[in-house]
Amino acid sequence: MSQIEEVSLEKFKHLVSERALTGETMLLNMGPQHPSTHGVLRLLLELDGEIIVNCIPDIGFLHTGIEKNMEAKTYQKAEVMTDRLDYMNTMGNNLAYVMAVEKLVDLDVPVRAQGLRVILTELQRIASHLVWLGTSGLDLAAMSMFLYCFREREQILDIFELVSGQRMMTTYFRPGGVWRDVPVEFEKAVRDFIKIFPRRIDEYESLLTKNPLFIDRMVAIGCLSKDVALQYGVTGPSLRASGVDWDLRKARPYCGYEQYDFNVPTRTEGDTYARYLVRIDELRESLKIVEQALNKLPLGPMRSENRKFVPPPRSEIGVSMESLIHHFKLWTEGFPAPKASIYCAVESPRGELGLMLEGDGGPKPLRVHLRTPSFDNLAVLPQIVKGHLVADLVAILASIDIVLGDIDR
Amino acid sequence: MGIEQKLGNMGVVTTTLESMVNWSRTSAMWPIAFGLACCAIEMMSAQASNYDMSRFGMELMRPSPRQSDLMIVAGRVSKKMGPVLRRLYDQMPEPKWVIAMGDCASCGGVFNNYAIYQGVDEVVPVDVFVAGCPPRPEALIHGVLTVYEKVKGEKFKDLANA
Repeated sequence: MSQIEEVSLEKFKHLVSERALTGETMLLNMGPQHPSTHGVLRLLLELDGEIIVNCIPDIGFLHTGIEKNMEAKTYQKAEVMTDRLDYMNTMGNNLAYVMAVEKLVDLDVPVRAQGLRVILTELQRIASHLVWLGTSGLDLAAMSMFLYCFREREQILDIFELVSGQRMMTTYFRPGGVWRDVPVEFEKAVRDFIKIFPRRIDEYESLLTKNPLFIDRMVAIGCLSKDVALQYGVTGPSLRASGVDWDLRKARPYCGYEQYDFNVPTRTEGDTYARYLVRIDELRESLKIVEQALNKLPLGPMRSENRKFVPPPRSEIGVSMESLIHHFKLWTEGFPAPKASIYCAVESPRGELGLMLEGDGGPKPLRVHLRTPSFDNLAVLPQIVKGHLVADLVAILASIDIVLGDIDR
Repeated sequence: MGIEQKLGNMGVVTTTLESMVNWSRTSAMWPIAFGLACCAIEMMSAQASNYDMSRFGMELMRPSPRQSDLMIVAGRVSKKMGPVLRRLYDQMPEPKWVIAMGDCASCGGVFNNYAIYQGVDEVVPVDVFVAGCPPRPEALIHGVLTVYEKVKGEKFKDLANA
């Protein structure tokens, strides 16, 4: 095993100010093992007293080679890798991937599958925001938030377990539809959640929104202006808190989002508190979408009938020779995709999650590349922490909601 | 209270120092708050309201390795993270135990590639492997209880030789 590399100041003197070279300011290492970096992020801080002069993020501690691994697998098998990218948004990653494959091979998706996809990705968005709310509360010493948020998150995870058999790594969406139809208990479980959750959001707000300690830590901290946000390619709630009304669900509707009535919450302040308020509002909007989608959910097939890409149901295999052949071909060889390159983007809880997929005519992708929202959102961090205290860095880092699996992949 | 009622007026417990020390170690084990990837979220779930690991004397996650005696390696360990993980392990005071949580930490999991250690036992000695991708919180709690079983059977002379 290689040792930790001892680096001299010479190596990164172009990144720090002149004062660091004379020893006037201090260089401090924060991470990769630090409770408030939300994973394995390393931040090199140049400090003047307790004021941050420079912040240099060092990423790659969770580099997993997911893109390369996906290129070595067939289109169906590569999907399990997408779960492990941004592990707070597994359903959303699956959605981006299956939509890309469907676009590449031109595959139809039944209406019921579209509805199920919307319900589950919105529930995932709520779960992701709950983890964010809980952990950022924890960072700002609001310990009870963590316990409350995880209580509701467990309810969502129970729904995921009901439909897919797994709590987190669901791989429930498949090219052409979903893995199987939802069990009968699904509707009641979602309805129960819709019933209790609005009161729970009020509960969170009563704990935080007007809490003077919380406001002192959040208001006017880490201001991100509209122009800087656009320059750095920031997306998601962090962008919307800076006054840009950009949500892919409204701007480029997919999966039938155009038929649901929901608002895109925006703020103009661009500070940490605005980002918090936007996410709280998004919890309510997502719940509205879940309710509408559940009411509209039609009966019918949950997978495409195109047997060249979608395996036949288990019951058919015993009675139909053709089904047996299709099943065998799909699971041994996979399906070929044309020689083309496509890009497909969805709105993840953190922003625009895009997937570039290049087919080469065979059953495996030639190139997979991901445009992950956390990566671009982290890039703007050095700009917005300058001049703040170290304690504020914790609040700012929590508010931009990064997931290291998403950054390093 | 409990033990006095059971023992009546005797007020004396005879035991060996070894089992006394081992018992107290299991009752206040402090894991290092060290999350790597997906499993860290399940580790947090195990600490949170529904599963509540504090029932087993584990509510205190220490952010500093110098105050902890159990390392839960929760997630995949990349080539860049390996040396850091080793340094954290070296900073922990003896006696210390390691749980490899999840498939990635146990054997590389689905990531058989250039970037990931095929099991964290290439970097640090592991006491208990917990399977699952990610393991359920119950599985992690079971892993912790398995470490307790191991601790209860430990002998002083083995620790002295280590």
